[in-house]
Amino acid sequence: MRYEAPESLDAAVGLLAGATGLARVLAGGTDLLVQLRSGLIEPDLVVDVKKIPEMRRITAENGGFRIGAAVSGAELGEHSEVSRLWPGVVEAVELIGSTQIQGRATMVGNLCNASPAADSVPAMIAADAVASVVGPAGRREVPVEAICIAPGETSLAKGEIVTSILLPARPPHSGDAYLRFIPRTEMDIAVVGAGVSLTLDDAGVCRAARLALGAVAARPLLVPEGASALIGTRVDEAALAHLSTAASAACKPIDDKRGTIDYRIKVAGVLARRAAQIALERARAN
Amino acid sequence: MAKIHVTTTVNGDAVEFLCDPEQTLLDVLRDELELTGSKEGCASGDCGACSVMLDGRLVCACLVLGAEAEGRGVETIEGMATGDELHPLQRKFLEHAALQCGVCTPGFLIAAKALLEKNPDPSETEVRYWLAGNLCRCTGYDKIVRAVLDAATEMRGS
Repeated sequence: MRYEAPESLDAAVGLLAGATGLARVLAGGTDLLVQLRSGLIEPDLVVDVKKIPEMRRITAENGGFRIGAAVSGAELGEHSEVSRLWPGVVEAVELIGSTQIQGRATMVGNLCNASPAADSVPAMIAADAVASVVGPAGRREVPVEAICIAPGETSLAKGEIVTSILLPARPPHSGDAYLRFIPRTEMDIAVVGAGVSLTLDDAGVCRAARLALGAVAARPLLVPEGASALIGTRVDEAALAHLSTAASAACKPIDDKRGTIDYRIKVAGVLARRAAQIALERARAN
Repeated sequence: MAKIHVTTTVNGDAVEFLCDPEQTLLDVLRDELELTGSKEGCASGDCGACSVMLDGRLVCACLVLGAEAEGRGVETIEGMATGDELHPLQRKFLEHAALQCGVCTPGFLIAAKALLEKNPDPSETEVRYWLAGNLCRCTGYDKIVRAVLDAATEMRGS
């Protein structure tokens, strides 16, 4: 295995595009090192992106924030302005692993590891976050929901790297939330995860909403029917019941040791409703 | 495959070593630098026995490549006491019998020190959540939590 730590994006793309065998990007390494050590993968090249300045930064952009691919969960959690604008996204990132994992793990790594149960991904999808992808053919902006296509598989082409995530600006009276169910209180993989983001108008009517679910299909899901259940309503009991039904209906889960199909379908409806209630409280408070 | 030459700082001392690209920081600390205080429990980032500080962040040394230490600062359990004088956390772990086999202890001490630097007056709940990534199969955690809270009280008073 060859280890490289280039200081520019061009150099990183060049290394990855020119690699002959298996090549992997190293950001926080909390998934990569585990795969490496267990012998699950045997890369010929590992490209550490932490020396690339644009990957290390959180920058304000048009009222939103651009989060570099090598920004750790701990660094994101300490950024009070991002936490204020997108509390649900930051809370979702902070659910990943322990304090030690938070010191290294990154939101983009969580996305590109492409687990259907990744905690930050439904929250990012609900936030309408956009991944900035750079490769040999240049830069393209990709909605987060189009990155993970199957367990462990992304839509990225050879040589492409996600360099940052844009969490967009949002109107007043907006809120988001992410909830996951695990059978313990900490340090576990989601049985179901649900992210909701919504915006109210001055009269308290929901004008925009997004629902995303994790761990209930082969990839994190955007559920447009969930948004339809809320938009045009005051997010009252009837709307929440519709949201819950839409969330359950969108699930195509597997049976495994963490949960059965029936259980996941039911829990997805419950979590979608609870996440929407938290997002609603937050929207009313700002 | 050629070895990688790495220049770094460990417990305040400038250090150089050669490592294979696959070697973790934990491998390097234990096998190349003979700093065997950091333990390998799970080697997958779940148990926290290899906790060290890397540029002021608490991390699992088993999830860091040795090559990544280039130009950075590493703090391990070997740097915790000042000569013969134990750190208050180390003393309180002894007083509260917060260890039995001792394999998890260096990781707990490093993690607890990181907590008290960030939050000198944590609640019991905050201590338990912060230390959720450190596993102990002997004590049942209670004595560890009490030792950390007692050390925090003493350190705030000094």
